[in-house]
Amino acid sequence: MKLRTALMGAVAVLGLAPAAFAERGADGEVKLTFPQAVSIMNPYLSGGTKDIYASSMVLEPLAGLDPEGVLIPKLVTEIPTLENGGVSEDRTSITWKLLPDLKWSDGTPVTAEDAVFTWQYCTHPEGGCSQATKFEGVASVEALDASTIKVTFDGPKANPYTAFVSALSPVLQKSQFESCLGAAAPTCTDANNMPIGTGPFMVTGFAVNDTVSLAANPNYRDPAKPAFATAVIKGGGDAEGSARAVMETGEFDYAWNTQIPPDSQAAMAAAGKGQFVVAFGTLVERLETNTTDPDPALPEGERSTAKHPHPILSDIRVRTALSKAIDRSILVEVGYGAGGKPTCNVIPGPEGWASDNDGCIAQDMEGAKALLDEAGWIDTNGDGVRDKDGKKLKLLYQTTVNPIRQDFQALIKDWWTELGVEVELKAIDPGVFFGGDPGSPDTFQKFYADIEMYANNSESPDPESYLGQYQCKNAPTPETQWQGENINRFCNPEYDALYATLATTTDIAERQAIAKKLNDMVTKDSMIVIPLVHRGTLSAHSLALGGVQINAWDTEMWNVADWFRVK
Amino acid sequence: MLTFTLRRLLLAIPTLLVISLVIFLLVDLAPGSPMSEIPLTVPPDVRQKMIEALGADQPVFVRYFLWLRQFFWVEPAYVIDHWFGTSLAAGEQRILSWQSRSPVFTIIGQRLPQTLTVIGTAYLVGILIALPIGIYSAYRQYSLFDQGGTLFAMIGFSVPTFFSGTLFIIIFAVWLGWFPTKYDTQLVVNDWESFVKQVKQMALPVMTLGLANAAAISRYMRSSMLDNMTMDYVRTARAKGMSERTVVLKHVLRNSLIPVVTVIALGIPSIFGGAIITENLFGVNGIGAALIGAIRASDLPMVQTLAFIFAVLIVLFNLIADILYGLLDPRIRYD
Repeated sequence: MKLRTALMGAVAVLGLAPAAFAERGADGEVKLTFPQAVSIMNPYLSGGTKDIYASSMVLEPLAGLDPEGVLIPKLVTEIPTLENGGVSEDRTSITWKLLPDLKWSDGTPVTAEDAVFTWQYCTHPEGGCSQATKFEGVASVEALDASTIKVTFDGPKANPYTAFVSALSPVLQKSQFESCLGAAAPTCTDANNMPIGTGPFMVTGFAVNDTVSLAANPNYRDPAKPAFATAVIKGGGDAEGSARAVMETGEFDYAWNTQIPPDSQAAMAAAGKGQFVVAFGTLVERLETNTTDPDPALPEGERSTAKHPHPILSDIRVRTALSKAIDRSILVEVGYGAGGKPTCNVIPGPEGWASDNDGCIAQDMEGAKALLDEAGWIDTNGDGVRDKDGKKLKLLYQTTVNPIRQDFQALIKDWWTELGVEVELKAIDPGVFFGGDPGSPDTFQKFYADIEMYANNSESPDPESYLGQYQCKNAPTPETQWQGENINRFCNPEYDALYATLATTTDIAERQAIAKKLNDMVTKDSMIVIPLVHRGTLSAHSLALGGVQINAWDTEMWNVADWFRVK
Repeated sequence: MLTFTLRRLLLAIPTLLVISLVIFLLVDLAPGSPMSEIPLTVPPDVRQKMIEALGADQPVFVRYFLWLRQFFWVEPAYVIDHWFGTSLAAGEQRILSWQSRSPVFTIIGQRLPQTLTVIGTAYLVGILIALPIGIYSAYRQYSLFDQGGTLFAMIGFSVPTFFSGTLFIIIFAVWLGWFPTKYDTQLVVNDWESFVKQVKQMALPVMTLGLANAAAISRYMRSSMLDNMTMDYVRTARAKGMSERTVVLKHVLRNSLIPVVTVIALGIPSIFGGAIITENLFGVNGIGAALIGAIRASDLPMVQTLAFIFAVLIVLFNLIADILYGLLDPRIRYD
């Protein structure tokens, strides 16, 4: 079938494009492999990165983000700003202008109605849209004329670039999805698997959780692109196998998410067939401290709630000592290699947003010990474990089952043992840990432990919604069915007040200053969060594939139209 | 024999119903959530809406009876509609996977071909290697060949497929570059060139699994042959002046095959079940890979349907093995 699609693609290109545009499809097939297979091509019904990246080759938003995190127009003539009048003076609306003569891959014109429909699709109460936050605060989306889209917010919006920006929020074709609103959304299998888009490729075949076959979109707006006539995304296996298929056997051109141990990275790079590329977004592997008491002796419903402050970790000196005892450079070396760097920030990027806080990078075991002495934790009985008022300094440290995380647990346990802290380790199945089931004692929200480790990130370069997590009201409690993003139960009225000003501040420099301050409040000022490693996304591409520019702020396939075969 | 078959088939119905309920409860009670693969950037209220849209928040018995109805009424109705152009199903909701929102049976339909080709071939190759080794090993017990066969079986038994598979990849794909490491499920065999490609991409998974299968079956064959070699009827046959060939291949082999055939028949459901590790390793993406992927994503409808189909197959092939036993050995009668 592949040969047939290739021929059909070629015929389509020859038939539709004048001779001058003969470049489209000239480079044959590009083969991508994802360690997690693609389940669905509609990002509004998934949330999985694999699905969003795959669908981004087909579906496009009005604007995307480049590797520097800067907005770039995709389906529009320019990025609306206050200066060009696209954003209203009071910041309550934004008006996008579609490119002229824009067509879907089926040849029909793209109109403002499609964007209006997309908004209705994602905000339908029964639809279960996974990107609903992208449309949060949107009061209405109107089509002023066939090519003008006006998004009105329910108040002044400091960052109006949420709806229809980045691969998380592309425009769907109204005529294809019209009957898929609300409860009917999951039942539209054909539309969800083979959406009609404006991107450089269109879906020609879809095998669930296995292979996506694509062909160049004959109606793509740049007649010379894409250089490839067909594309294949093969899923399954593991990161090691994907990396090998690009770096050692050369079967594939691009492998997304090849997070493998540093020594394997070096061995594979030595084969000389491909190279690893890394992009740093905001993903930070961190230790979260519990400010509330997880003691199992407490009655259910009071355990790990604000009713009982943590007997050990409520003291900032203990938290700081725990952070000081860690050598983050060794963690990076062991776990991530080129794919990570030590960090002390919750917001490690982009440049303007990251605080210059790097006081935690150098390990300071003596300083840590002195802090614990000062806090009154002294080893009185000589058993190697510090104690105070007859209570031992003992911590339960949990994370998910994952080889790198278990290495981290072992290393950190060693350092903390040296410090005089008794550490009990626990590893939980990721499906349970992140599953959020209120009935399970092992979810990261319930936090029935003293310390837990995982990674989290901000989905956009502007960290407003990400910083909102640490507000007092977001603490998981039995009353909220243990839902909530403020895992530490951190509660600081100053933080909440400063955060409230962020939502109304429009000046970018001021916003960045506030974000840095908020970052410092949860990290170096309070040590509530102990950041460890700023993780990048590591991918691999063959040396025969040109044009790859890895991007941490949007899909890695953001410029797939520009990829070409190196000859 | 017919009464026996009918009785067993009828008995299978309550058995399977109980099995389906047990599987459903087990999968449902297992920790994990269909939302565990969604990034943390998606806030809790949106997650809750997504769970509601899947119907995953309904009480367990409501979901169980819905599944029963979909499995035994809606899905067959779709098949009948498809074959005869009727409209029995009338647009009723099919069993949808939570992870991909695609009908579970469509996914199974996409995946069965590669599982049957790869795992089936590996099973066949395993049998073809195992039988001669087992027969000759028994005939020349404790010979050099027998020792070699035992060593081969021990290796096949004790080396896990994730190790032997990776070893084969490094030797045959990375160093020698003979075979691909990722299976192309979309390849259509329609000429010599594509056939060669298909054989090449099947080579590594079939080798890996064939080794494991051959090890087990060759041991059964050998011990069954040994049991029969010392029987009186063998001495009688030899005393009658029959050639060794006739004695071994006609008299001994036929009698020794009875238990081996049973073992082989009982192993057939595992072909449909796929091979979780091997399929994942080589990107065959068959039923086994689907099952493990669904378990990881807590995709209850997919796990439930697959596990139930396996249960049906196991019950069915147990019956077939019993019937074959009766056919092969005239002394065994069920009536």
